[in-house]
Amino acid sequence: MAAVQGGLADTNEEKDIKTEPSSDGFGNNNANDGRVLSTSPGSSASAGINKSATGAPEDQQTLLAVLQFLRKNKLTESVEILRREAGLPEDSPELKGSDSSGAGSGGAAGSGDKEGGDASSLLSRVTISSSANLATTVTSSVTAAGEDQPDVNVVLSAYNQQGDPPLYQVYYSGLKKFIESVLDCHRAELSQLFYPLFVHMYLELVYNNHESEAKAFFEKFSGDQECYYEDDLRVLSSLSKREHMRGNETLMDFRTSKFVLRISRDSYQLLKRHLQERQNNQIWNIIQEHLYIDIFDGMPRSKGQIDAMSGSLAGEGKREANKAKVYYGLLKEPEIELPLDDEDEEAENEEGKPKKKKPKKDSMGSKSKKQDPNAPSQTRIPLPELKDSDKLDKIMYMKEATKRIRLGPDNLPSICFYSFLNAYQGLTAVDFTDDSSLIAGGFADSTVRVWSVTPKKLRKVKSAADLNLIDKESDDVLERIMDEKTASESKILYGHSGPVYGISFSPDRNYLLSSSEDGTVRLWSLQTFTCLVGYKGHNYPVWDTHFSPHGYYFVSGGHDRVARLWATDHYQPLRMFSGHLADVTCTRFHPNSNYVATGSSDRTIRLWDVLNGNCVRIFTGHKGPIHALAFSPNGKFLASGATDGRVLLWDIGHGLMIGELKGHTDTIYSLRFSRDGEILASGSMDNTVRLWDAMKAFDDLETDDFTAATGHVHLQDNSQELLLGTYMSKSTPVIHLHFTRRNLLLATGAYNP
Amino acid sequence: NHSMVGVIMADREERRFAEVSRESVKLMAESAGVELADDVAALLAEDVCYRLREATQSSSQFMRHAKRRKLTVEDFNRALRWSKVEAICGYGAQDALPFRSVKEGELFFIEDRDINLVELALATNIPKGCAETMVRVNVSYLDGKGNLEPQGTVPTAVQSLSDDLLKYYQQITRAILGEDPHLMKVALLDLQSNSKIAALLPYFVYVISGVKSVSHDLEQLNRLLHMVKSLVQNPYLYLGSYVRSLVSSVMYCILEPLAASINPLNDHWTLRDYAALLLSHIFWTHGDLVSGLYHQILLSLQKVLSDPVRPLCSHYGAVVGLHALGWKAVERVLFPHLPAYWANLQAVLDDYSVSNAQVKADGHKVYGAILVAVERLLKMKALSLSQPAELGSGGQPGSVGGAMGYRVSSPGLSPPPEPLSEAALGIASHLQAGGAGCPWEEWTPVPLPAMYCELYSFFGDSLAVRFSTGPGFGSFPPCAPSHSDGARKEPPGPASNPDTTRKMPQLTANLNISPRQDGSPQGMTRNKGPQVGFELGPLPRTQPTWGAPGPSRDVFPKARFTSPQTGLPVFSFLIGGRQMGRRCQGRRPFQTTFAPTPPLSAIAPRAYAHKLPVIGRVGKPVRRWACSHYSLHLPL
Repeated sequence: MAAVQGGLADTNEEKDIKTEPSSDGFGNNNANDGRVLSTSPGSSASAGINKSATGAPEDQQTLLAVLQFLRKNKLTESVEILRREAGLPEDSPELKGSDSSGAGSGGAAGSGDKEGGDASSLLSRVTISSSANLATTVTSSVTAAGEDQPDVNVVLSAYNQQGDPPLYQVYYSGLKKFIESVLDCHRAELSQLFYPLFVHMYLELVYNNHESEAKAFFEKFSGDQECYYEDDLRVLSSLSKREHMRGNETLMDFRTSKFVLRISRDSYQLLKRHLQERQNNQIWNIIQEHLYIDIFDGMPRSKGQIDAMSGSLAGEGKREANKAKVYYGLLKEPEIELPLDDEDEEAENEEGKPKKKKPKKDSMGSKSKKQDPNAPSQTRIPLPELKDSDKLDKIMYMKEATKRIRLGPDNLPSICFYSFLNAYQGLTAVDFTDDSSLIAGGFADSTVRVWSVTPKKLRKVKSAADLNLIDKESDDVLERIMDEKTASESKILYGHSGPVYGISFSPDRNYLLSSSEDGTVRLWSLQTFTCLVGYKGHNYPVWDTHFSPHGYYFVSGGHDRVARLWATDHYQPLRMFSGHLADVTCTRFHPNSNYVATGSSDRTIRLWDVLNGNCVRIFTGHKGPIHALAFSPNGKFLASGATDGRVLLWDIGHGLMIGELKGHTDTIYSLRFSRDGEILASGSMDNTVRLWDAMKAFDDLETDDFTAATGHVHLQDNSQELLLGTYMSKSTPVIHLHFTRRNLLLATGAYNP
Repeated sequence: NHSMVGVIMADREERRFAEVSRESVKLMAESAGVELADDVAALLAEDVCYRLREATQSSSQFMRHAKRRKLTVEDFNRALRWSKVEAICGYGAQDALPFRSVKEGELFFIEDRDINLVELALATNIPKGCAETMVRVNVSYLDGKGNLEPQGTVPTAVQSLSDDLLKYYQQITRAILGEDPHLMKVALLDLQSNSKIAALLPYFVYVISGVKSVSHDLEQLNRLLHMVKSLVQNPYLYLGSYVRSLVSSVMYCILEPLAASINPLNDHWTLRDYAALLLSHIFWTHGDLVSGLYHQILLSLQKVLSDPVRPLCSHYGAVVGLHALGWKAVERVLFPHLPAYWANLQAVLDDYSVSNAQVKADGHKVYGAILVAVERLLKMKALSLSQPAELGSGGQPGSVGGAMGYRVSSPGLSPPPEPLSEAALGIASHLQAGGAGCPWEEWTPVPLPAMYCELYSFFGDSLAVRFSTGPGFGSFPPCAPSHSDGARKEPPGPASNPDTTRKMPQLTANLNISPRQDGSPQGMTRNKGPQVGFELGPLPRTQPTWGAPGPSRDVFPKARFTSPQTGLPVFSFLIGGRQMGRRCQGRRPFQTTFAPTPPLSAIAPRAYAHKLPVIGRVGKPVRRWACSHYSLHLPL
């Protein structure tokens, strides 16, 4: 793998990888992949991301800086390893590997801890290297890499002794008393302070070895915190030793990112005056150092408004974070002439006879002829050209679309349930092809299985020797290349070495992607039913992957907290989207392929621009890890589902939460809009499919300028009005949903007796 | 590969945390040959707790992404592996592994059996049932309309039934419920041994649940019960949660006032006996598939027993059910309940009016059943008290096997049957630990002498078990072995003894439901030890008396020894005395002598247990497999 490197130079793509620009407080950039990548913008734009170490002078400089740093910290072993590895001509992956471990141990040793090495803690390596990962910034210069070390101790030292431990309770309850005494309108806003202050004060106590004070502090005030922080508090409560702080994810997130609060100017002034009067420097310091207070002018927000938006690991998204322009419109459909005279005939006419197309005007494609003002330019990102077969498929699609059932509150879809039997608790992911002809399942036993849902059986292409024998000129050559002997209802794809967590068909049904615990994403051919490529990059479990609706690109996200954008013909990622503070749990392409949405267990959703890798939206409001995302067909809206059993609706253009759908009682694993976007279907672990009136949810929306400007949403609790139906499965969790082209709803799940 | 982690749940600040105590750490260190100071152990313990929680937390994400509700061993191992820690938790299993508890130490552990790989490799009956994963579709809701009620479960079988299976199913059910007894026998035998019918299981269970609709037809009920037995015995079937359904069908036959009971000529008693026996069989062999089953069964039996409105035949069912579940069940439920129940029963028995004749006959049935149950209770209790001394001297190290966990909890009981009972209590007590309200939670065992005295006050000399109630009682323990040993053999005595003054011909009927009766005296002697449930393993089954309830019940045996094929009269006894009145005010000295136990009994039970097949089906405990080889005789 290393040997092939450097050969890649793709002039089509701009190769720079950026992280979220607004990420503050990420002082550290000495990460594994990150640093290598962050150097590339400095080199010419046409250069590959990963040049061999000897090829780019910048990389050498970086190496030297790292070596210097390691030596400074007396990590001779790491120095040697790095040297040895760097001595090899083409070794970027290895370099990265050793580098990350070096960074990890560097951080550990650097923290001045007696134990030194990082092997002492169970999970420290995971978290250190992965968090270092997210801390990459594009702006940091190459030489700075050495100095501004991802140091655990740099951040930790912020917790050095600052006050008298027993007084912490006094400080905190003083503030509490103050907040309880202020006017109602300010109280809700200022109450937001409780949680971050509580956590930071507790961590300070723990860091300074005041174990008993910390425990008392925790016991006294943990009950005051909002219930949706319960999970984090549980983690916090088990943390009682300074040694435990290293390698704790939650803690890491608290240190590396400032907790964001949105507070009105009035409330903020009130708080500031109070703290200055009381000379309460302790709390003031924490606010200064660890919190980011996003001050806005205008009316303070109500408790409901605040609760709707909070709950994420690091507070709300900053308002600026959602200000970037997003081209959410759809791309213009390519002009394909639809043979109108075929319209009433059955689809099979299309299959083998492409010649039948006649140059006539069609009515179907015309509605997308006008360029949507909100749409990105057609060439904003290079998209693959349509092949003949794609055009055929588009025609098929349009024909099917004419037979589509118009859904609405009075006309609900029929639901078919595809049950996986004898899956033995092993079904982990499902996907349908867009035309609903194939279904694929990922399993915990590392296999991927593909079934044909139609009577048409799955056949492999003949072997090369046999292919030589067939008549290439014949009309039915496409039929002749298939090996009839291999026809079967299902095929099993072997290759992964861990459970398959994500699966996605390419839009042209020729490929299948699967992502697995083994850290790879694999591309399978559905012609030969073999593995074509294994994409390595995530060194940790890859939770999800999704093909772009235009093919060619795909996105993957995993435990390393990074989402990666790939193109099928590149074995290395084109973009790395880093900024999430915890695992990227689900990934989804925008219908126009220009954006990617990722959901994370940090309870935020981020929207990334494929063109430049920027994070253009941060949506907060979920109270649990997000496991399902769906874009509305018109590209304007996003729906997200999480372990908290709620579906949230987002307006992408304005960057606002516009709806909350309550009803599910367990994790939502699947969301899907009907083909015309009238109905939103959600499938959950609670064995139900629920249908929601998406039209109504979006129509009722009045986005006034004030809301748009401040980002203050006021949600009405209308879940019950929007809920069109609840449909129970036969004791089967619903893990995937799919609307056929005619708007029949397919649901899947594994029945586990 | 045999790792047992004792985790003590501690209630702290209302949150439940797994805590490893410093004692545990010290013990573990000691077992590794390291001495730890107290403070080191405390520090280590705290760190271990933290790391455990950390690993648990990171393992839960693997569960979430696998879209499961249950955290598996594999999830945990994955979390450890990704944190570069050696996985230590062994291998995973499809099913949830129930925790067992050790009463004394509040220790919960998962039973971890040794697997004999040689036998596994050489086994010819490779377990089937790992059917192909498949996708099947059904239209759930047309136009968003349809049944909005909970949909029940997927009838897995429906989806994957082949024509052959369907045909098989039709033939079998037709044969079993049809007229031809020979066909039925064949069908039942096949049901018992066919390895390919896993897919049909839900169907059969459904058919069996039809007991409720044929409660007027004893014959059909009987056939359905035989069907249950065949299914339960089929070693290839994994009953899973269907056990619950089977049990409820069987319980129906035991407890319900069946329509067939209205006619006194109908011998529904035998049916109840048989069902009770079946219940105990299901429970001992498959009880751990459904957690808390024992608890639930006991509760429902208790409910029936304590409901005076229920007809006597239901009470009878409850008593034989308890009896079949073992003496501990009797001790826990029947015995504490007896005083209250006795008053009602006595009223029935004392009413000599003609109109009451039928009720009275039923009352005698119940009386007999209770008597048999408490007799065994007394014997077993005596035996369990006497056993520890014996075990100390004659411990058989070779037979430890998988029963180790039980041994800890019940050192006094010999392994083959008793582990089952212990396991059952384990489940129950585990439930209690989980917070399930349990009426007999405050139950404390009554000491044997007190128990005996109380029972004696009820039954008087009808009690076949004799302990001295006089001042010499204190000397009981030393001589207990011989007593109990004799006592164990005695049940034929009162049953077959026509001298008993109280006319209770029904007593013989209870012979049939006593699981201990199934075996020649030889077998019993060899299997010395409290026989609670079924005998395990391929015992020489020379006399399957219980299986032929019809004849043996009505033909009242006059002979002292019911089993003519008893080669040697291995014991002799003489019962004298007289009983006066139920409460026995005028009790006379009673004479009972037993010949010394024959040397045969020297063969310790564990030597036998050792020969039990070690390997079972994958995913099924050993003993179930063993039991499935134990053929229940069919009175066909």
